[in-house]
Amino acid sequence: MQSMTDNSSHDGESSPAGNVVEFRRVSYRAPNGQKVLQDMDLAIQGGETLVLLGRSGSGKTTSLKLINRLLQQDAGEVLVEGKPTTQWDLIQLRRRVGYVIQEAGLFPHHTISKNVGVVLRLEKRSRSEIRERTDEMLRLVDLDPAQFGKRYPYQLSGGQRQRVGVARALASDPPILLMDEPFGALDPLSRNELQQQFLRLRDRLQKTIVLVTHDIREALLLGSRIGLMESGTLIGSYTPEQFKVSDDPAVRAYIEAFGGC
Amino acid sequence: MLHYILFHQREIGEATLEHIWLVGISILIAVAVGIPLGILMTRKPRLRTAILGSANIIQTIPSLALFGFLLPAPWLGARAERIAIVTLALYSLLPIVRNTYTGIMGVDPAVREAAEGMGLTNGQLLFQVELPLAASFIMAGVRTATVISIGVATIAAAIGAGGLGEFIFRGLAMVNNQLILAGALPAALLALGSDLSLGWVEAGLTPPHV
Ligand SMILES: Nc1ncnc2c1ncn2[C@@H]1O[C@H](COP(=O)(O)OP(=O)(O)OP(=O)(O)O)[C@@H](O)[C@H]1O
Ligand SMILES: [Mg+2]
Repeated sequence: MQSMTDNSSHDGESSPAGNVVEFRRVSYRAPNGQKVLQDMDLAIQGGETLVLLGRSGSGKTTSLKLINRLLQQDAGEVLVEGKPTTQWDLIQLRRRVGYVIQEAGLFPHHTISKNVGVVLRLEKRSRSEIRERTDEMLRLVDLDPAQFGKRYPYQLSGGQRQRVGVARALASDPPILLMDEPFGALDPLSRNELQQQFLRLRDRLQKTIVLVTHDIREALLLGSRIGLMESGTLIGSYTPEQFKVSDDPAVRAYIEAFGGC
Repeated sequence: MLHYILFHQREIGEATLEHIWLVGISILIAVAVGIPLGILMTRKPRLRTAILGSANIIQTIPSLALFGFLLPAPWLGARAERIAIVTLALYSLLPIVRNTYTGIMGVDPAVREAAEGMGLTNGQLLFQVELPLAASFIMAGVRTATVISIGVATIAAAIGAGGLGEFIFRGLAMVNNQLILAGALPAALLALGSDLSLGWVEAGLTPPHV
């Protein structure tokens, strides 16, 4: 199944049509000089959900941040919709790429509704449109706007805050969604619920999604493809079925650590 | 005592207004200069030590000496109030600059990251996220500065800038406690009153919390 281990730049210089996000020999060093990513290649096609799986410190979050240019690579190219991120207008790039971070990062001084509508307000949408869209997004993540809309983030549970984070990222309908451990730090039941919800949303919204996790079960459940990261590079990419039966030692190590899946 | 104050009501009232004016204008200047300096420190970490250091050093100069240093300055030296206002503003700088800086740096990094990730511009990040979240800190700095200034402003009378210090200096010269109190008491009340009312504003600016 060599064709599925995705290293498109090895196949030639041009990006195949349909690659919404692409890394070409990307390297990134932290400000302190530490090499975080090295020669990483990656290609994500439109509409797929790529799960980046890898142990702590392997460079998953860093990879996400290179896509919306919260960080900038030292070498290589990151392309979004075929255009290098360095050539994008930064604000336009970030409007096309929704970003969900683990701690949600909600604005503590805004109500839940106001949090969800941040980008809509920046885009100067009409009041009624913002209101409608905000309520719609909250319902989408299973939060009653009447009950939660006027609350402040501190009045929500961790899982509810994470859902608001997702609603906020979806509000302006960005075609690309980056999610950094969006269901981390949750009890297994709530986590399961959110994962099921994610699957329903995924099928309905047809977005290109990059989701980070170090939970192999989550990766197998949510990903249409799994990218395995190790010490700063992508060492392979697999469909969930391929992943389960792969005899790649790195994959086996993962599966065995989880007691076989 | 009460008799004295009642008798000199008008004079004391005028001096109090003068005092409020000196402090008010100097705080406005300190806010207009200090908040941008504090913001600058968060954007250019290299300038941090230079700005904080300067504000710190100013604070260590005895106020009377600072008044004196400014006397020969052109334009400023021409009017005692100008010197007083500049001195008070300089003194007020440190708490305002420091609190603006701490307040902004205290914003949860996840909140800042989310804001940047959503495509807020630098200005939007500052005005919609950082400053609102730092507002109560900044206000606390303004409050400290105001209370300090009300005290320091009494010394401005030494260079003839007026204010409640007039009574204190006259009382000292004439060894007249009543006269001293006629200046000290309203100054203390003024400090207390502004501390309370600005504390109230500060509480109103505090973002909702756990
Ligand atoms: N600003 C920085 N300064 C120094 N080192 C950094 C910096 N940012 C990231 N690193 C290092 O880069 C490596 C990758 O970090 P990254 O956050 O991408 O890991 P991750 O795969 O998301 O891990 P986790 O699963 O724990 O979130 C880590 O070893 C980290 O210590
Ligand atoms: Mg991470």
